Amino acid sequence: MTYLKPTFRHPKMPKNKIGFAKADYEGAVSTLCAGCGHDSISAAIVQSCYEMSIEPHRLAKVSGIGCSSKAPTYFLSNSHGFNSVHGRMPSVMTGANLANRDLIYLGVSGDGDTASIGIGQFVHAIRRNLNMVYIVMNNGCYGLTKGQDSATADYGSKSKSGTENVFQGIDLTAMAMEQGATFVARSFSGDKTQLVPLIKAAMSHPGFAFIDIVSPCVTFNNHVGSTKSYSFTRDHIEATSAIDFVPKRDEITVDYQEGDGVRVKLHDGSTIELEKLSSDWDPTDRQSSIKQLHAVKASGQLLTGLLYIDPESQEFHELQQTTERPLNELREEDLCPGSDALEKINQSFR
Amino acid sequence: MQKLSAVNDFVIRFANVNGSGSSSANEIFAKAIFRMGIPMSPKNVFPSNIQGLPTWYEVRVSEKGYMGRREGVDIMVSLNPQSMTRDVEDVAPGGYFVYDNSKPLLKEFIREDVTYIGIPMIQMSIANYTNPRQQQLFKNIIYVGALVELLGIEMAVMKGIIADQFAKKPKLIPPNDLALDLGANYVKEHYTCPLPLHVKRLDANGDSILMDGNTATGIGGIYGGATVVSWYPITPSTSVVNAFESYAHKLRVDPETGKRNFAVVQSEDELAAIGIVVGATWNGARAFTATSGPGISLMSEFLGLAYFAELPVTLVNVQRAGPSTGMPTRTQQADILASAYASHGDTRHILLFPSTPEECFQFAAKALDLADRFQTPVIIMSDLDLGMNKHMSPPLKWDETRKYDLGKVLDAEALENTEEYGRYLDVDEDGICYRTLPGAHPTKGAFFTRGTARDEMARYTEDGAAYKRIVDRLMKKWETAKQRVPGPELYQSGNQSSAGVIFFGTTTYSAMEASDMLKADGFDLDMMRIAAFPFNDEVEKFVESHDYVFVVEQNRDAQFRSLLINELDVAPSKLIPVLNYDGMPITADHIRNEIENSPILSLVNGKTQKTS
Repeated sequence: MTYLKPTFRHPKMPKNKIGFAKADYEGAVSTLCAGCGHDSISAAIVQSCYEMSIEPHRLAKVSGIGCSSKAPTYFLSNSHGFNSVHGRMPSVMTGANLANRDLIYLGVSGDGDTASIGIGQFVHAIRRNLNMVYIVMNNGCYGLTKGQDSATADYGSKSKSGTENVFQGIDLTAMAMEQGATFVARSFSGDKTQLVPLIKAAMSHPGFAFIDIVSPCVTFNNHVGSTKSYSFTRDHIEATSAIDFVPKRDEITVDYQEGDGVRVKLHDGSTIELEKLSSDWDPTDRQSSIKQLHAVKASGQLLTGLLYIDPESQEFHELQQTTERPLNELREEDLCPGSDALEKINQSFR
Repeated sequence: MQKLSAVNDFVIRFANVNGSGSSSANEIFAKAIFRMGIPMSPKNVFPSNIQGLPTWYEVRVSEKGYMGRREGVDIMVSLNPQSMTRDVEDVAPGGYFVYDNSKPLLKEFIREDVTYIGIPMIQMSIANYTNPRQQQLFKNIIYVGALVELLGIEMAVMKGIIADQFAKKPKLIPPNDLALDLGANYVKEHYTCPLPLHVKRLDANGDSILMDGNTATGIGGIYGGATVVSWYPITPSTSVVNAFESYAHKLRVDPETGKRNFAVVQSEDELAAIGIVVGATWNGARAFTATSGPGISLMSEFLGLAYFAELPVTLVNVQRAGPSTGMPTRTQQADILASAYASHGDTRHILLFPSTPEECFQFAAKALDLADRFQTPVIIMSDLDLGMNKHMSPPLKWDETRKYDLGKVLDAEALENTEEYGRYLDVDEDGICYRTLPGAHPTKGAFFTRGTARDEMARYTEDGAAYKRIVDRLMKKWETAKQRVPGPELYQSGNQSSAGVIFFGTTTYSAMEASDMLKADGFDLDMMRIAAFPFNDEVEKFVESHDYVFVVEQNRDAQFRSLLINELDVAPSKLIPVLNYDGMPITADHIRNEIENSPILSLVNGKTQKTS
């Protein structure tokens, strides 16, 4: 039974600041295909949470349906998870987030789940600036139903049977940026160096943090002619910058030459450091980010890294003016106005 | 011609143009009768339109307290040339036709058996008010003023309502009072007032309120402790959430910080609306959504997930006629089966059937409790008539000692003391398991929520035996629920007849009036109102112990009857459908006629005749 993992851990395994070992952030053994990009993303999530010293139970993971949406079983088994309805993770997340604003919310979705059946909910979660990390494990095909093209398959990309895709692919990062997402990034499952700081920064961002991650499907979409294969992605990546994430308590020790990099201070006091920026791009300027994204796309490359961040982001609870206390902790004394108030209401209907 | 003559017993219908401001004038009229202590029931028949199409407002005045719709119009107040042909035809012989005689009435509208009362409404309005919008609005108040004298309404009561309504805009009181006087003085000069058909003060309304069901449902959500509410606008359910939101702004905002103890999300569609509810309850908040027929269809997928994943959902279904636009502004009880068995797989949901605004309030709070207790969807089955029309209702009442039933939720302390936690272990053997909330405990109680494919410990499995154990337990939970949902209401002690009548929701008004009519005709049938699904033993006993049962409902396919047949394993021939599905609320006459014309009644005739 592959899903039974050994519980033995080396007693001298290193621990993070709150005393958890990396193993405390792991999940069940994956039942995805060997070599699946999604497993690398799961590993990056584990790494990020460990390094961020997140209490596992203070994070909630919600997914839709599909291979990607199965992935949350394979990390953070001490966190509550919800494998919900195809394409509907954003709405479930909206409700969950409203119920308790104190947890960290990690949404996991796929390209079918987000770009097709769930495209409406995706866009509306962006509009609300829901405080969550939204990860799309993007492989350009439907894995669980055996390899049909998805809506993110690029125009001209070849399916396993050799047919060229004649439809325009949806670029989710472009869409997120147009819709006003306050944190937009793209990465590659094979680039853990880039992915881990992105996930950490996304978790610290107060608002909708979107990471589109190209995550090759080894079984149905990893052949020559596919634009979402490991080798094609590796050969066509152009990173916006090198990225580092510095949590709020850590002292900043590295100094950059002026003009070399940018520091973006986040709401919680942590910092994102971006090095080696292209000269005409400002990651906090939506227009310049959109321009950069399109320019790189036109050159046939895939722009990765942090694409845009709004440091002034106001998340959904601020927009809704909800109380600081989690709504799920409120009881009769906070919620029920009582019979005197009811009699006043009655009187206004006589 | 014999003019209709009665005190406190008539139907008046207003024929208006949608968007002309008539409905508030008509409501003022209705409220005056209510405040005179006379039982009355208003119904708004409106089009899918904001401006221009015909709309009718009907008030039944009934000293005996019959609140269902009655056929026949005794007084027509005609303000819409578009519908005038039909409006003239609809007046009962001997009835009255009130119209604007600023221009003469065409001959084709003259009937010999109708009394015509012309009032130069628009002329008077133009003469007294300057701006065109005011001229239109005050024309409405002018006819209300005329009706004050024609029907013997107390002017002080009417002006009191105006004063209440414009308490915050006192400048508007004098021009409204003037309009009332213009109408009243004109008819006093030109006609004998009051008409033979009129009202007289009574003291029959006690502490009743005049409220629409949707408002009551929204307030029920506040009192029941809902904190997350999401919906997608759809007639006739929109006003449920509007009411919740407007009362929440008054009653749920921290006076010190200005922060809200609630969140309302107008979602992108009904799929998201229920998704938000599911997410919120999964995370421990009380949440509800409100919708109508098409929304139920869209929400069906999530209802299935919530049923299998065992998550609370409170859903208000304000039923209407069919899909699309047009008839959906008319009432029906036509989502019974779609709601009871909504979704894929073996699913069944708790339904509550309120029949008054007070019950809308109670059931909204009750539904939140039941949903938490049974970790399952609970659907409140209201309808357009109940939801959008004002009804005389007992006042809303809240028991101060009442505590929310949050069901079986293990908190950190309970988890600390639990040796082995399994989300789907039936520890108490009532089919209801213990759930935990995200964030509760660092190392205990976390699990992965899925629709199916899990064992008692919430571990992934595709083992058929585990699936079977889970769905069988869900049936056990259903059996437990039978004893906890509101039971039926019986209107006689013990069986008086071998035939019974079953009804629910807004059908109750007319069914009870029909019962009196049937009694007068010598048929004393046993009456039972059903308030919830699953049906409990009392319902089963009632059906079992009668030879025939008439099932009265407002849809074409006798859906409630099908539900009874399916759930209670009754021979179909035993249940006789009595149906109404033209979009107008069912009438007592219709029920009486259907029952008395049924060949079945002759079979039980002897037995149903009063023997005393």
